[in-house]
This record gives sequence, C-alpha cells and structure tokens, in this order.
Amino acid sequence: MKTRVRVKKDFTMSLFAVLLGMLAGALLMLVTGSNPIENFYYLFRGGLMNIERIGNTLATATPLIFAGLSVAFAFKTGLFNIGGAGQMLIGGLCATAIGLTFSWPKPILLTVIVLASLFGGALWGALPGVLKARFNVHEVVSTIMMNWIAYWSVFYIVPQYFKGPFLETESQRIPEAASLKIPWLTSLFSGSYINLGIFLAVVCVVIISIILERTTLGYELKAVGYNRDAASAAGINVNRNIVLSMAIAGALAGLGGATFYVGFASNMQIGVLPSQGFDGIAVALLGANSPWGALAAAIFFGLLHTGKGFMSAMTVTPPEISDTIIATIIYFAATSVLIERNWNRIKQYSPVALYKKVRPGGVDSTAGGEQ
Amino acid sequence: MEDLIYRLFPYAIAFTIPLLITSLGGLFSERSGVINIGLEGLMLMGMFVGAYTISQTEMHYPGTAVWIGLLAAMVFGAIFALLHAFACVTLNANQVISGIAINMIASAITVYLARFLTGSGNVQIIRGLSRYTIPYLSEIPVLGRLFFTQTYATTWFVLFILAASTFLLYKTRFGLRLRACGEHPHAADSAGVNVYLMRYAAVCISGACAGLGGATFIVTLSGEFNGTAAGLGFLALAALIFGQWKPWGILGATFFFGFASTIANVSQVVPELSQVPGIYLKTFPYVITLIALVLSSKSSQAPKAIGEPYDKGKR
Repeated sequence: MKTRVRVKKDFTMSLFAVLLGMLAGALLMLVTGSNPIENFYYLFRGGLMNIERIGNTLATATPLIFAGLSVAFAFKTGLFNIGGAGQMLIGGLCATAIGLTFSWPKPILLTVIVLASLFGGALWGALPGVLKARFNVHEVVSTIMMNWIAYWSVFYIVPQYFKGPFLETESQRIPEAASLKIPWLTSLFSGSYINLGIFLAVVCVVIISIILERTTLGYELKAVGYNRDAASAAGINVNRNIVLSMAIAGALAGLGGATFYVGFASNMQIGVLPSQGFDGIAVALLGANSPWGALAAAIFFGLLHTGKGFMSAMTVTPPEISDTIIATIIYFAATSVLIERNWNRIKQYSPVALYKKVRPGGVDSTAGGEQ
Repeated sequence: MEDLIYRLFPYAIAFTIPLLITSLGGLFSERSGVINIGLEGLMLMGMFVGAYTISQTEMHYPGTAVWIGLLAAMVFGAIFALLHAFACVTLNANQVISGIAINMIASAITVYLARFLTGSGNVQIIRGLSRYTIPYLSEIPVLGRLFFTQTYATTWFVLFILAASTFLLYKTRFGLRLRACGEHPHAADSAGVNVYLMRYAAVCISGACAGLGGATFIVTLSGEFNGTAAGLGFLALAALIFGQWKPWGILGATFFFGFASTIANVSQVVPELSQVPGIYLKTFPYVITLIALVLSSKSSQAPKAIGEPYDKGKR
C-alpha cells in the first residue's frame, strides 16, 4: 500500500513538472507570436506520424535512457553523477576508435565495441568515485572537471588519429560493420535511425531494476544512499559501494555514448559536449529515479527532440523550443520540493479527498491510513 | 621567446578578464552559501543580451553602444539569476539541479530568441571594444609592455570591480554578513541578519558579474554570439575552486588558466608554439583543480554551509 502511494505521488509530481514545462513553452510561443496549440500538434505529429518517425523517436530516446539510468542509479547511492556527458564522450570515443581500427565480422566487432564503451565509461565514472571515497572530493565538482577533460581530450584526439576526409571537426565515418544500425531493423522502420541500442537499453533497464530491487548489491547501494553512517555501522563497506556505484553509472553513460556515436550518428563531432548527458538528469528526475520511470521519461524527451524539426519546418517557431521545455521541466522538477512539502495539503483539495470529507465519518479513518 | 611572451600577454589578459569576473560572481554566490553551477548559463545570457543590444544600438550610438551592451548584460544576468535564487533560497530546491536547469534554460532560450530575432542562431556585432596603450605607464620597463600596452578598458573596469569586491567582502558590514550566511547561517540569523535577503543579493550579484563576463568576452575576443559559452563558465568555476574561494586566489587561478588556454588557442598560428600539445594545456586547468581538491581535502576552504538550503527551524 505504501509503495503504491509513493508511485502515485511520484507520477503526479512528474506530471506537474511536465505540464508546467509545456506551459512555459506555450508562453514562450505566445510571446514570440505563434500559436501554441498548432505548435504542439506539429511537435507531437513530427515524432509520431509514421513508422519512420516512431523509429527516430526511439533512436533519439536510446542515449537518453542510458543517461537517465546512469543518473538515477548514482542517485540511489546518494551520489549525483553530472558527468554523464563526459562518460558518453569517452564511451563514444572508445567505440569509434575500435570501429575505425579493426575490420572484424560484425557480431564480434559490435561485442567488442559495446564492451569497450562500457569499460571506458566505467573508468571515467569510477575516478570521481575513488576521489569521493578516498579524499572526500565532492562528486559534483569532480564529474564537472571530468566532463571537460573528456571534452578537450576528444577535441584533440579525434583530429589527430581519426580525422575525417573533409572536415577537421569530425571523425571519419565508421564502417557499416561497426554500426549498431542493422539492415532488417532499419527497413522495418522504413529507413529510420533506430538501432540495436534500443534493445540494449531495455535490457539495461531490466538489469538495473533487478540489481536495485532483488540483489544484495542493490540493497547495500541503497543503504549507503539513505544513510551513510548507518550503512557503515551495519558493516557495509561504504567506500567500495561509492566507487562501484559511480563505475556502474559511468558504464551506463558510456554505453549511451556508443548508442549515440556509432548507433544514431556515424561519426564524432568535436567541440560538442553531448546534451544527453544533462538531459539525463531531467530523465532521472522525471522518472523519479526508477529505471522504468527513466525509460518512459526518455521516450517522452525523444519525442520532443524528434518532433521539433518537423514543427519548425511547418511553423515559424525555432526548434530550440523543445530544449526550452526540457530545461524548464528540470527547473520545475528541482523545485517540486515545494509541491512535495505541501503534498498533503494539496491532497485535501483533490476531488477524491473532498468526496471522502463530505462522506460522514470518512475523514479520519482514511487520512490516517495513507500517511 | 621574450618577444613571444610580449605578444601573447595581451591575449592572455583579454582571455583572463571574462573568466575573472565570472569567477568573482561565483565567489559572491558561494560565499553566501549558494552553489552556482549556472555560471555558464548566466554567462551565455550575458553574451546574448550584450551582443543583441550592441547590434541594435551601434547604428545610433556608435561610441557608447558597447557600454550600453555591457550594462544590459549585467542587468539581465542579475534578473536571470533571480530564477536560481528563487529556486535555491525560497523553494529550498537542490542547488546543483537548479544550476544545471539554469545552464540548460540559457542555452535553449538564447538560441531560440536569437533565431526569432535575427533569423539565424548567431548575433554579430560590427565593432567591439578597441585596444589602447596607456601613456606614461606603458613606458615602465618590462611591466609597461606586459600590462599597459594593447589593453581594453574592460580590463581595468573588471580589476576595479575585483578590488571593490574584496573591500566589500572583507571590510564592510555587508560583506561580513554575506560570508556569515555561507559559514553559519543560523548564527547569522540569530545576530539579526536576514539570510534569505543576503543570499538573494549574492546570487543576483553573481548573475550580474557573469553577465558582464559573457558580454566582455563578446566585445573583446569573439565579436559574435554563437549559442555557446564553450565551457568558459565551467572554467571560471574551476578557477573559483582552485583559487579556494578567495578574491586574490581566483585572480591568480584565472590568470594561470587564461594563460594556458591562450597558449593552446594560438599554438596553431604561432610557429614557435606549433609543437605544444594542446590537449595537455586545455585539460590542465581541470586536472590541476582535481589535484588541488585532493590535496586540500583535509583543510578545505569551501564555505561551511555551501549547498545547504537555509531552514530557520532546523538546529
């Protein structure tokens, strides 16, 4: 009973944040003189109108699922991983480097690419974990630093070793064998960007929810997140769990990097920190830090991102409206504490509560039971 | 070699100044107890507002347009920072998440508005600030050539703000109260300080400073708004930490980082520097900040109450 109330509450909060975010987007559209209803119609139509667009929505959502899982997983251990962007870059760099260097058969090559991006990301995530466990360096600061170390490393490594034939600012295209796109899936979705990454993402959602809910490891990680001192007193190795949690979070983001750079795209651009790393924070917040919630939230954001091109082609509204909506959702999700604090007060005025209140004798028995 | 240093110095200083003022903004916010990861976004807002204001006014007021732009950037930076202050101070939100939201809102909305207002995502200005050499002072041996030739007016303006801020923070009642809010807000409150008001003021000052930093970058180095602050705000944040939350510390840190970045930036065009591995110079500020954090982990100078929402009822 208790958990169901929590889930319902989380869902309502997320819905609040989404509605407020879309309201802010609508306001911005109104201020800049366009019709919000028409815009939203084209935005959603652009993400859903045919099988190819649906495929693109899922393909755009894939790296977001990983980034969201990464943030949500670290959150469970009380750690705030804002290094998703850097971990994605390193994962993508490992994937691209292997894809461009070796010419093995596709199944072997893809396995190695996925493993390489996983380990690259894990390494990039574990280092802030070690700094936190060993030296008490706050992971927010160290992951920011790691983001920019990754940014500048890619900035110099890609042009030096994997320079594209035309532009200094991008890598060569990866060969077909190194791409997560596979012919039958592409043709099933009539030529969309969808790739194996989406299956990988769903598998990871399942694995992570099993780890968190059904294993000793997950129990320990969450215990460290709830109360570090209590966990330590109960004999849990807090430092080991911090490093492990960050490494797993990094590995997830690294995989996301592979699905973005060798799945959705076919080469790496330098001088860009992938926005999915930060969108992942929104995904995790909106998904209430649960793996399945992150999956749903990522698909919603994937929809916003896929539809924005179509919307801006059909109307005069610039495509950045989607990014504005997502950013505003984060802001409202951050401030949802206000709603949370007044949750019980708000609940009093909900239709159900009002009904219970008018019903004779109903008020005391129900109000006590749910808290 | 000597000649090279003389040639590089003006660029290094020009690169340092936007970092310095943004970092100083972060100092105000963090010394009052509010983490400000939104510096990058506040800077970007300053870049956009500065560039747009200048591009609109420079036809009519060619001489003063730059200064109008800088002022507008400060004002809008402060207003935009109110959003962060509202979330962190009034709503007790998570300061890190709010800062990230500030960054994302800034990078989305500035490009949105730029596209809406100019048709493309870029805003160009025709004339930036011109460099000039200060008479007499530039004739001092060595120092004159390093510091007083080819300088921008904004450099002296920002250094003046740095000196004034140091005075404000360490020698006035306002500064003492502001720092108290970051160290022990409950003690400050019981001494009659309005913690909420002080934190609002500090976050707004940080927005104004970061906005000025962004606009300064536009009028001195880049000349156009192109939708990204390219990590300058985060570099300023690193400098704030490396400078251990002290005004003169961040002066040293930003100059250190600014010089390294300048060498990496110009190494492509200066033959003497073509062998310099840019990757080390560009990652160096972040690596050394991490090292500094590790070394100072036992005796961190960070404000004690940083990141904690102030709750009156808590003991």
